[in-house]
Amino acid sequence: MYVLIVGAGKVGWNLARELLDKGHEVTVIENDRGRYLTVEQELEHNVQYGDASELWVLERAGVSRADLVIAVTGDDEDNMLICQVAKEKYMVDQTIARVNNPRNKQWFELLGIAPVVSATDLILRLIEHEVPKYGLVHLLDLPRERLEIIELLLGDDSPVAGRRVADLELPEGSLLISVLREGAGFVPNPETVLESGDEVLAVLDPGMEDELKAYFGPDGSESG
Amino acid sequence: MCPALSSIHGVFILIVGAGRVGSSLARSMLRDGHTVSCLDEDPEAHARLEIGLEKSWEDVGGQFTVGTALEIEALQEAGIERADAFVASTDGDNTNIVIAQIAQRRFNVPTVIARILDPYRAEWYEQQGLHTICPTRVAIEMLETEVKEAAAKVAG
Repeated sequence: MYVLIVGAGKVGWNLARELLDKGHEVTVIENDRGRYLTVEQELEHNVQYGDASELWVLERAGVSRADLVIAVTGDDEDNMLICQVAKEKYMVDQTIARVNNPRNKQWFELLGIAPVVSATDLILRLIEHEVPKYGLVHLLDLPRERLEIIELLLGDDSPVAGRRVADLELPEGSLLISVLREGAGFVPNPETVLESGDEVLAVLDPGMEDELKAYFGPDGSESG
Repeated sequence: MCPALSSIHGVFILIVGAGRVGSSLARSMLRDGHTVSCLDEDPEAHARLEIGLEKSWEDVGGQFTVGTALEIEALQEAGIERADAFVASTDGDNTNIVIAQIAQRRFNVPTVIARILDPYRAEWYEQQGLHTICPTRVAIEMLETEVKEAAAKVAG
């Protein structure tokens, strides 16, 4: 696979290293001369000096034959436009963009840039997972496939506790895929009776988590 | 913009980036009877808008907002939702390209113009349906004409 990485910061440099180790062909573009010279000592001909906002710099790096373009500069506008041009002008199949300011995520979406990676979001997810204050954890978002997987904790007052899975009237577009009970997970069948304290994994259409959460009722985290 | 309409009612023009280009455009549009709002991240840009004016920018009917154009609140405060025309004239090509597309796609501003210094990208975005002005292209063409004329004279 030929991977073009824009930005030789910590993220870009380490990505390049990993991908080269795995045997991929990699070119990194860096527009800071000092940084370029540092990185060049290790990556040698795999790093090029230039501003990837300029089309000829991308072309010199062989953007048209890239299987994947990864824009991880510290500038959101650069990342957005590099991916937009890679996709729409040079017909690159796959792009990945880094979002530095989470407030800019909406603009990446507006320009059709996906997927995006935001360190702030990743840390927020971790916090959600480690400190499940909301009783609901996003495990996976697949916006292109229009699916997400969430984890819900059934509180003491949950209206579904003590009910069989077969008797649940789950909102349309959602499905229980797993139950975690006392540290062990299993796939529920229609006869499974849910208990308070269960953590249930559900797959659902995007945007349905509030409906599903309302159905499963208040979680136990507030009393605990 | 419909000239006949604009001469009667005036249109609402939002200019992002009140540098030399943006501020001159803002003053001349205001003189023509349009409603002009400027957004710039530098509060000092306000002083540039007032160059050659007897009164303050607000007193002659202009609006000025300090803010970054990628912040949706700043765009809204500057009146993007009722803008008939949007001009992206900051000193950054990338900013101009992004905010012009925001004006076009998110706020459906009928007329959107972006100043792009890089001629190659100006050309490509123009092909994608974004109206672009490329001062570099204009300068290249003027220089080419001048130099060719001079060369022709020398060649006799």
